[in-house]
Amino acid sequence: MGMDMKTKLRRFHQARWDEPVIFESSRKGERGILVPQAEKGIEDVVGDGISKLPRRMRRKKPPQLPELSQMQVLKHYLRLSQENLGADFNVDIGQGTCTMKYSPKVNEQFVRSPKVSALHPLQDPSTVQGILEILYKTDLFLREISGMDRFTFQPASGSQATLAMASIVKAYHASKGESEQRDEIVTTIFSHPSDAAAPAVLGYKVITIYHDESGLPDLEALKKAVSKRTAALFATNPEDTGIFNPKIDEFTKIVRQHGGLCTYDQANANGSLGLTRAREAGFDMCFFNLHKTFSSPHGCGGPGCGAMGVTQKLSEFLPVPVIRFDGKKYLLDYDVPLTIGKVRSFYGVVPAVLRAYAWIMSLGGEGLKEVARVAVLNNNYLLKKVKEIRGASAPYAEGQHRIEQVRYSWERMTQETGVTTDDVTCRMADFGMHMWSSHHPFIVPQPFTLEPTESYAKAELDEYVAALKHISDEAYTNPDIVTTAPHQSVTHRPGHANLDHPDKWGITWRAYLKKCEKGLRKRIG
Amino acid sequence: MAKKKFGVHPYIPNSVPEVRSEMLREIGAGSVEDLYATIPERLRLKKNMNLPEPFLSEFELKKHVEALLSRNTSCEEYLSFLGGGCYQHDVPAVCDEINQRSEFLTAYAGEPFEDHGRFQALFEYQSLMGELLDMDVVNVPTYDGAQAASTSIRMASRITGRNHVLLSDTLSPDKLLVIRNYCRSDLKIETVGHCPVTGRVDLEDLRRKISKRTAAIYFENPSYLGCVDDQGQKISDLIHQDGGISVVGVDPISLGVIAPPSHYGGDIVCGDIQTLGIHMHFGGGHGGFIATRDEERFVREYPSRLFGIEETAVQGEYGFGDVLYERTSFADRDKSKEFVGTAAALWGITAGVYLSLMGPKGMQEMGKTIMQKSQYAAKRLSEIRGLSLAFPEAVFFKEFVVDFNKAGNSVKSINKSLLQEKIFGGVDLSDQFPELGQAALFCATEIHTKEEINRLAQSLKKILGRSRKAHIVKKGKRG
Repeated sequence: MGMDMKTKLRRFHQARWDEPVIFESSRKGERGILVPQAEKGIEDVVGDGISKLPRRMRRKKPPQLPELSQMQVLKHYLRLSQENLGADFNVDIGQGTCTMKYSPKVNEQFVRSPKVSALHPLQDPSTVQGILEILYKTDLFLREISGMDRFTFQPASGSQATLAMASIVKAYHASKGESEQRDEIVTTIFSHPSDAAAPAVLGYKVITIYHDESGLPDLEALKKAVSKRTAALFATNPEDTGIFNPKIDEFTKIVRQHGGLCTYDQANANGSLGLTRAREAGFDMCFFNLHKTFSSPHGCGGPGCGAMGVTQKLSEFLPVPVIRFDGKKYLLDYDVPLTIGKVRSFYGVVPAVLRAYAWIMSLGGEGLKEVARVAVLNNNYLLKKVKEIRGASAPYAEGQHRIEQVRYSWERMTQETGVTTDDVTCRMADFGMHMWSSHHPFIVPQPFTLEPTESYAKAELDEYVAALKHISDEAYTNPDIVTTAPHQSVTHRPGHANLDHPDKWGITWRAYLKKCEKGLRKRIG
Repeated sequence: MAKKKFGVHPYIPNSVPEVRSEMLREIGAGSVEDLYATIPERLRLKKNMNLPEPFLSEFELKKHVEALLSRNTSCEEYLSFLGGGCYQHDVPAVCDEINQRSEFLTAYAGEPFEDHGRFQALFEYQSLMGELLDMDVVNVPTYDGAQAASTSIRMASRITGRNHVLLSDTLSPDKLLVIRNYCRSDLKIETVGHCPVTGRVDLEDLRRKISKRTAAIYFENPSYLGCVDDQGQKISDLIHQDGGISVVGVDPISLGVIAPPSHYGGDIVCGDIQTLGIHMHFGGGHGGFIATRDEERFVREYPSRLFGIEETAVQGEYGFGDVLYERTSFADRDKSKEFVGTAAALWGITAGVYLSLMGPKGMQEMGKTIMQKSQYAAKRLSEIRGLSLAFPEAVFFKEFVVDFNKAGNSVKSINKSLLQEKIFGGVDLSDQFPELGQAALFCATEIHTKEEINRLAQSLKKILGRSRKAHIVKKGKRG
């Protein structure tokens, strides 16, 4: 019996293995893998090797790691993997802003080739010309896509790219003798939390602009916020609401007039590819998350790449090295006069860049535009369908089309039934799907954020909507089933009694056991 | 060649014209272009992007990318003695088997019930690292060892309310650049010297520079130059006397045989997990860990996610969740502790698999084999006429500095010659540490056989002999 074609709902149940914590499966003496031993010829010359260590530097007791045979380790982690819901399995359109698109399998073959995985970053450049060419060409592609003049792949995420942009802002103003004076950055509440948090690490005072009734950042508020203290604007467009800000060039102009730089968080640029760019909107810098728009998988939260681009005037501040081509060969150039230094080891998460390269090469310019077009088509289709669901709404910009995502609200349903967005999140797991609310603070009441990307078929979007609709119906007729969900997920509603209390929290197995022994908390099970 | 027509693409299901029309009809829009009505004309990109013609079939794409990659020569093809922050160790097959699982590879930020697997795997990673480090709190990985060091230093500064930080002057120049950038706004960084014979921290210099303003000393064991410092307790005592914090960077693969910093006064311990079952990936395989004791004043200062074991609504069921979520930038934007987001979770899961496979015995044996092989390599190289160890009295783990000042040629040139022999020689330190003159950092691990180490020694002997001969001939001509 397959999925119910009338309701489009699956009779789903996620794998539930009740897997112990790995320490509980330890059997003294078992081995998961054997280690090469030094040859006799070596031992004859140097002895056991460890006697060389001063006594006080020798580890007295071996680490208390678990002891398991190989198949048992494998099985444990395979079971844990089955207790995880990757994008390859579910209709992963419920993690809005994260651009959960298809990560092509052929690209995984590329990154797993020893021709990439077994490269050391300090090899002679003549032996890594292939990968350097890929890095260089991907830079050229992204220049074309953004209008910026040079990219670095060093930042390993969007947040780290934001930090790199803030570092360049700082170095730029320092080069003009204005670093002390320009101590404020301006961002918006519907931008990613890191747009506020990363510049703060560098000592910036953060001014957060809210939106007006249209849902767009308030231009008047911006005018009030900028001054000769403004170092930069950290903006996103469209923001988490998916509404394109048509006045974005006015924002950048105002900041520029006050001597500030304009930086663009394009972590998610999926609806803009080939249609509108950072340069034309007046930005000095931008970054793309290669693990979002450019298809590199998210890996449960990294490693990723925040490819950061700058205009010519800022290229002398880029982190080192930059990759150059002298007409014959590719080189790593450390000679960047006013470089901020580095933000990450070596050259960044190179596999993510390779995947992005292959992805762009599989689509070309027309293909990238098609990605954006279909992402927007899917989003507006979803918008139409979600708005038809009882209790759901899409605040702001009534009657307008959105770009690549929408932040919706269950406010009405909550008012009418008491069922919250968190409840719906729990219940969606029973249908094998995920629904993310939004970052804090919840500006949109009872929020949920959907971003369908270009990867999902119409039937999948319909399935997702059917589940939302079903849950809304339940909220109005049988709310208990929603408020006690999940029922068919791996585990049940998480508790929160031990997570915020120093006497109770258990961040490692050993710490947890100690606290149980002391009677500070109860052992689970 | 005629431009290939872009039609239905396998990555874009709704590129099928009939489906598109049906969806547009539902939306009530005439065309996809109508959906972009909110983007003003002046902001539209008028031209076509100048991108190469795509390889629309997977087969052609594969041909193209493989041809590019074939221009690389990997450390599996040549014999490599490179280290310096990225290391070639054996990667057990099970590590790769787990990290290529779609469930982990393509997941992101699901809830604790539906993504129970990643929560548990990362909690286990924290726990396994906790055993290795003999500490009670470990974070979900940050970007790399350099970030872990930077954040550890900022944590120490917040805990003490001080802004003066001492760093050992044997740090990798790259790591120093990361730390300096990350601390550029408010921390005063000063370096502490080292002993030229043992490579250990210069305690006198440290004493002179520590004051009541000092938040922390950061040193590494082994150091970037390979030396093990057995004065850890003294260094920690010195910083503690003035109320500062001892921050120690370690290579976790050494901890089966070397005492973890928690045994000699380290308060915050950090490092990189690339050595634990993760390929080098041209520098893409890094992840950073930060560990502390289970004290509130430390735990509150982590910016990272910390997964804790928790009950669920069902009696007896394991669940997991974020400890002190309110610290993070997810909860509190610019008022939070630094920032958090996508970092290196998949490598954390992988390192957990690695430690589970190795167990206590595996880590002990690994440490032993590495020390034997590196000592053997150091011995063989230092026997070569013209070469010696730069730190003759140092104890080292897997890396050691070879002095090339009497080799008759630069490291750069000798490495070029080694390349002809299909060998990647040591990391050239001549520019990084000018006081060492011509010097190189060699790395030997469990993957090197006796024959391979001998081959390196023989090749170096041959190359040095050749350059000595050339030198004599040149001299003779001139005379």
